[in-house]
Amino acid sequence: MGNGRFFGGVHPSYNKGLSDSREVVEMPVPEKLVVFFAQNLGAPSQPVVKKGDEVKKGQVIAESGGFVSTPIHAPTSGKIDSIGVHPSPVGVDAPAAVIIPDGKDEWCEGCGVERSSEGLDAEKIKEIIHDNGVVGMGGATFPTHVKLSPPAGKKMDILIINGAECEPYLTADHRLMVEHAEGILDGAALFAAVIGVGSVIVAIEKNKPDAIEVMREAVAGREGFSVEAMEVIYPQGAEKQLIYAITKRKVPAGGLPMDVGVLVQNVGTALAACNAVRFNRPLIERVVTVTGSGIKEPKNVLARVGTRFEDLVKFCGGLEGDAAKCINGGPMMGVAQYSLDAAVTKGTSGLVILRQEEVAQFVSDACIRCARCLDACPMRLNPSALSIFTEKMRFEDASEYNVMDCIECGCCAYVCPSRRPMVHHFRRAKAEVRKLQRKAG
Amino acid sequence: MEENMEGKPGPAAEKPAPKPKKAEVGPRFVVSSSPHMHDGRTVAQIMRLVLIALAPAALFSIYIFGLDALRVILISIASAKIFEAISQKVMKRPITLRDGSAALTGLLLAMNLPSTSPWWLIVVGNFFAIVIAKQLYGGLGYNPFNPALVGRVVLLISFPVHMTARWVTNSRFGTDAVTAATPLTQMKESLATLGHIDIAFGREQIFDLLIGNRAGCLGETSIVLLALGGIFLIWKRVISYRIPVMFIGAVWAMTGIFHLIDPAHYADPSFHIITGGLFLGAIFMATDYVTSPVTRKGMLIFGAGCGVITVLIRLWGAYPEGVSFAILLMNAATPLIDRYTKPKVFGAVDSKKAAA
Repeated sequence: MGNGRFFGGVHPSYNKGLSDSREVVEMPVPEKLVVFFAQNLGAPSQPVVKKGDEVKKGQVIAESGGFVSTPIHAPTSGKIDSIGVHPSPVGVDAPAAVIIPDGKDEWCEGCGVERSSEGLDAEKIKEIIHDNGVVGMGGATFPTHVKLSPPAGKKMDILIINGAECEPYLTADHRLMVEHAEGILDGAALFAAVIGVGSVIVAIEKNKPDAIEVMREAVAGREGFSVEAMEVIYPQGAEKQLIYAITKRKVPAGGLPMDVGVLVQNVGTALAACNAVRFNRPLIERVVTVTGSGIKEPKNVLARVGTRFEDLVKFCGGLEGDAAKCINGGPMMGVAQYSLDAAVTKGTSGLVILRQEEVAQFVSDACIRCARCLDACPMRLNPSALSIFTEKMRFEDASEYNVMDCIECGCCAYVCPSRRPMVHHFRRAKAEVRKLQRKAG
Repeated sequence: MEENMEGKPGPAAEKPAPKPKKAEVGPRFVVSSSPHMHDGRTVAQIMRLVLIALAPAALFSIYIFGLDALRVILISIASAKIFEAISQKVMKRPITLRDGSAALTGLLLAMNLPSTSPWWLIVVGNFFAIVIAKQLYGGLGYNPFNPALVGRVVLLISFPVHMTARWVTNSRFGTDAVTAATPLTQMKESLATLGHIDIAFGREQIFDLLIGNRAGCLGETSIVLLALGGIFLIWKRVISYRIPVMFIGAVWAMTGIFHLIDPAHYADPSFHIITGGLFLGAIFMATDYVTSPVTRKGMLIFGAGCGVITVLIRLWGAYPEGVSFAILLMNAATPLIDRYTKPKVFGAVDSKKAAA
């Protein structure tokens, strides 16, 4: 083992100092919650409540829409005010339930009750994790029980708990590790038990020395657990790059981590799984880093799912100066918001608000073939050629040049002196290639 | 809408309960695709860095060739910029003089001209460089051939007398301004007339060649300053070492082999690498982004190819110097090189496994 170094990557200014020493504060339940029904990658959940229903905190309001899906729970007790479409943080209008809290914040029966995890078998643990709506909280929101269910014959031997948090500005995972090390490790132990691995590695970038220290102390008494301090380079937290950096194993192009015997789970996911199994607490809240120069008081906020960004901003003292851009997630991969009307989902790791002078609107120029993007791409693609293919609508060529392996990390566009919107190009190309594949297949 | 609501405080004050909610239309933000950060590098910055790297050699050329060199540089940069602006205006494209690429082309072409160049020669060269080789193809980023080299080669073929027969050795180091042949020409001519090469290549000559005390184009004389510029560009990560090292290395290795076989007909490899336009070409012309490969392996192949063609022309071609032709020929091969040196995607499944 030992620290490998993946190819490419960039060093953006991390700006984590705004919030990395601020303890997580719990935000009071706001006057209104907008809870989206599609909060996981895969099939959207199916609503089971209607307008006017009274719900309790933790009650299922939408059921799984298939195997790759999870239920959604009411984040607090109250009344379903309406069910309709609302602006979602990914930029489209999506179906959601509006809940008006009753202020009592009452758990539904059986929820929030401590239970012993002794004697639970793997299937039962997976079931509990699914029933409590746990998804990957690093941002991808892939249902966790699916990741814990490898097809027969896939043997895994390493579990990596991802605390790299390589996105600039974000400090939610950092604070979780400092404040909830035991819970995270308990969750990790549950994962390890389910898939039967003996080696658990907590990966943390070196710019979080306090988290590394706390985690090192916490793993001391646990057999098979270790902490790996990682080089600070974006995208260190990207699954394939992280696996390579720690184990030197290369996930095959188009493959999954399980193909090389590794399972990666985010620290927040591990904590959510621990809460689900130990306390029967559904995933109804998460830590959101509200930060950037455009917010008065940067904070790490424990917010209920469904908290509108506007309320979140208010809780952090409001906008500061000429706030000009609001990003759901980190600035490298996050989605810019039109307004503060969208709401926190299970995947909202941060809300980064930038001021006018940090928000340059570029006119993109022709590619000058400087090859900086080839040096930066951690997937070893040729972004220069791919972006030209996309402009010329040559999607077969883009496919031949492996556009489908693009992880949309943004390194290419970050270094492009012609300011070409590369990631945008590749999202388009990927969608077109998928269309072509559907036609062919 | 927001203003309308706030413009009527009366009704809102009367019925405070339901209305204000709607009035709170959130602020609107800038929306763009991720990433939302940038490292700040611009095309203009890159061009400026190349200009800075080239500056010592250019200033030194003024020192050794006198004000004539300054005249060539100024006319060349000015005409490049004027041609760029005019052609963009005529083609109704945005005028992009600020990116500095036209100025760089002008300076590079000037570095490829003798100090005796008449003004019209410089202007004609820049016309071909900017209008024909660059703007007609679509401007920066779309030109298949290095614009400055196209300008130089057009002049070399059309006006050989002006381009090659009127060298002036500098007067700074004691010699008078007289017409003299370049070292490479001396080598070629002696080989033709005497049947063997007749060049002095002692410590004194090596020193003169390195600092630039010899006949030649403005920019090809001072090897030391060109090399310093190259190191600066590599340090600033503007260019990679791959093309210059392979280019110069290939020339050195290939001429070295011939020198070992037959020293009477083939000059010392060190003589070959510190004469002519090799350093200027390898560091500043072959590394032109637009016309050279983007892949790492491709850069190595491109550099080596430039070196081999240069040697072929120097040893057996009609011209004493082959750097310009070599780079232009390899420019033509760039798309193919890029295609056949596609980087292997991270986690690429090797072909044996895929077949199984």
